[in-house]
Amino acid sequence: MFKLVKRLTSVVAMFAVLFTFTTETMAAKKSKTLKNTQKKGFVRCGVSQGLPGFSNADEAGNWTGVDVDVCRAVAAAVLGDASKVKFTPLSAKERFTALTSNEIDILSRNTTWTLSRDADIGLTFVGVNFYDGQGFMVRKNSGISSVNDFKAGVSACTNLGTTTELNMRDFFNSKGIKYEPVTFEKADEVVAAYDAGRCDTYTTDKSGLAAQRIKLSNPNDHVVLPETISKEPLGPVVRQGDSVWEDIVRWSLNTMIEAEEYGVSSSNADMMKTSDNPAVKRLVGAEGELGAALGLDNEWSLRIIKQVGNYGESYKRNIADTGILPDRGPNELWTKGGILYVPPAR
Amino acid sequence: MNFKKLLPQLLTLLVVILIFGFFSYNAQVNMENRGITFGYGFLSQESSFDVQFSLIEYDGSHSYFRAYLVGLLNTILVSVVGIIFATIIGVIVGIARLSNNFLIERAASAYVEFFRNIPLLLQIFFWYFAALRALPLPEKAEPMFGVFFLTIKGFFIPSFVWNNIDVFVYSLIASIISIFFVKIYAKKKQEKEGIQTPMLLIAFGLLIILPLLSYLFGGVTTSVEVPVIKQLSQNSFTFEGGLKLPPELISLALALSLYTATFIAENVRAGVQGVGKGQKEAAASIGLTPNQVLKLVVMPQALRIIIPPTTNQYLNLTKNSSLAAAIAYPDLVLVFAGTALMQTGRAIEIVSITMLTYLSLSISISILMNWYNKKIAIKEK
Repeated sequence: MFKLVKRLTSVVAMFAVLFTFTTETMAAKKSKTLKNTQKKGFVRCGVSQGLPGFSNADEAGNWTGVDVDVCRAVAAAVLGDASKVKFTPLSAKERFTALTSNEIDILSRNTTWTLSRDADIGLTFVGVNFYDGQGFMVRKNSGISSVNDFKAGVSACTNLGTTTELNMRDFFNSKGIKYEPVTFEKADEVVAAYDAGRCDTYTTDKSGLAAQRIKLSNPNDHVVLPETISKEPLGPVVRQGDSVWEDIVRWSLNTMIEAEEYGVSSSNADMMKTSDNPAVKRLVGAEGELGAALGLDNEWSLRIIKQVGNYGESYKRNIADTGILPDRGPNELWTKGGILYVPPAR
Repeated sequence: MNFKKLLPQLLTLLVVILIFGFFSYNAQVNMENRGITFGYGFLSQESSFDVQFSLIEYDGSHSYFRAYLVGLLNTILVSVVGIIFATIIGVIVGIARLSNNFLIERAASAYVEFFRNIPLLLQIFFWYFAALRALPLPEKAEPMFGVFFLTIKGFFIPSFVWNNIDVFVYSLIASIISIFFVKIYAKKKQEKEGIQTPMLLIAFGLLIILPLLSYLFGGVTTSVEVPVIKQLSQNSFTFEGGLKLPPELISLALALSLYTATFIAENVRAGVQGVGKGQKEAAASIGLTPNQVLKLVVMPQALRIIIPPTTNQYLNLTKNSSLAAAIAYPDLVLVFAGTALMQTGRAIEIVSITMLTYLSLSISISILMNWYNKKIAIKEK
C-alpha cells in the first residue's frame, strides 16, 4: 500500500514536471511584446508624418501606404483584424527613441537598414519592404540634367537626422564640390523651403522625391535627376531582445511577398486552400503547423493575405496607382527581374 | 533639538537621491536589456556630416565634439544678437508707450499687444516662409549701397580681410583700459574739485586714436571683399566672396528679438512708471535739466525695477532659440541633439549634454545679470 502511494506520487510528480515544462515552453513562445499587444488589442506602429505611398493619413485620419500595410499585416496575424493598429507619426529624429523607449512596437517608417543602426542602438531590422536609393530633384529650367552639372556653392535642402545627410556629404566630397546643406526637421518644411527657392536642389530617397513632388506648387516645373547615389534598403524595425516578436514581424512581411510569388491574392486566398502546390497550402494554413512556431494560430498568414493583400497588391494600391512610382524597378519579384527574394515559409 | 530640525531635510534629501537612483538604475537595466551601450567616447569620432553655417572651421571630417561646439556657438550667436536687438527695440518701445504723443503711444501699444500674443513658433515660420518668399532670387537682387545683397539664399555683405589683426585688437584693448583709468581720475577730480570732465568725448577720442595709430605704425591693413554673383547653372545663381548671413539666422534673430522686445518694453514702462513723481519734481526743482533728471534720478531707480524681470526675458530668449530646428538654423539642438543624436543613437548622453549646456548658459546669464543688479541696487549703509 505504502509502496503504491509512493509510486503514484512519483508518477504525479513526473507529470507535474512534464506539464510545467510544456507550459513554460508555451510561455516562452509568448513574447512580452506579443502578450502586451494581445492584451491591449492593438498593434502600436510608428510611421512617418506624411509620405504619400509609404505612410500617409487622409482627412478622416485613415492611414495608407506600403509601410502602413506591414503593421496592418502584423495586426491581422496577431489580433485577427488588420484595422487594429494605432499609428504614431514620428519625425526622423524621434523614431528610434520612440521604439527603444517602448512607445511603439514596430517602426515602419521608410527607415534605411544600416550596420550601426542594426547593431549599436538596440534595434533589429527584420527585412526590406522597399529598395530605394538617394536622388536629387532640381528645377527643370535650371538646365541641370545630371548630378555632374552641380557646381560649387550649390545649396541642398534635406531632412534632418537621416542617412541622406551622410550620403550627400560623401557624394559632394567625392566630386570635390563645396555645398551648403540646409536641413529641416520636418519634410513639409523641406518642401516649402525648396519650393520658395531657398535651395537649388532637394535630395532624399527617390521614392520620397517622387512622393513629395506632388506637394510642390507646380510639380511639372521640377524633375528628378536620373542618378542614384546610394543604397537605401527601407524596412520595418523592432526592439532588440524579443526574438519571437521579431520573427512575427519578419514573417508577416515575408508572407506578403511570398504570396505574390505564388499568385495568392486577397481575392483568391480561400480557394487556394485546395491548391495542389504544398507551398501554397502552407501559405494559407491548409497544411503544416507554421503558426504554432510563431506562437500564433494556423490561419495567421491567410488573414494577412485576405485582409491586407500580397505585396504586389499593396504596391499597386499605394505606389503605382497613386502615380508615385508606376515602375516597380528593383521592387519586383526575383522571378520577374527584381530583387525581392524571401526565404521559404516552411 | 538640532537633530529634530535636520531630520525632515535629511529625509527630503534621501527621497531625492532615491528617486534619482531609481531612474538611473532603471535606465541602466533597460539599456542593458536592449543591448545599448553607454559612453561619451563617440565625441571624439568623426562626425561625417556637414553644417551649413559655422563660426569655426568645421566639416564632416571633424569630431562630434567639434560639431557640438559649432552648434553651441551658433546658439550663442543668435542669442546675443537677439538680446541686443530685443533690448534696443524694447527700450525704445517702452519709452514710446509713455509718450505724450497719441500716435506714438498707440503705435507702441499696438506693437506690444500684437507681437506678444502670437506664438513664437508661428512668428518664426512667418518670417522664414512668408517673408523669405518675398525676397528676390540672387540674380534679381537689387544691391543696397552697391555691395549688400538681400536675397532668398541669404544676406550677402562685404567682408573685411585683415592683415596683422592682432595689433589692431591690442590697440582696442589698450584704449578700453585707458578709458577705464581716465574715468577713475575724472571721478576723483569731480569729488575733489566739483569739475566735470567731458568723459564721452575723451572716450570716443581714445577709441579712435589708438586703433588709428595701429594703422599708421602697426602695419595693420584692411581690404574689403565684395560679394560677386556666380552662375551655378542655366537659371540658378549665388554670390561668392564676402560674408553670407543665412536667411535662417536673420529670420530667427528677427522673430526672437521682436517677440522678446514686447516683454522688455513692458518692463521698461513699468520701471519708469515705478519711480515716484515726487522724485522727478524734486530733481527738477534743484535745477537739473530734463536730460539730467532722466539720467541721474529716474533711470538709476527705474533700472532696479527693470533688471530682474528683464533677466528672465534674456533667459527665455536664449532657451527659445532652440526653436531654430524648425527652420534649419544649425543651433545646438539641430546640430547636436538632432543630427548627431540620430547618427550615433546616443540619446541619453547627448540629451544630458545638451541639457547641461543650456543650464550653464542660463546660469551664466543669471550670474551676469545678478551682478549688474547688485551693482545698481540701493547701497544701504
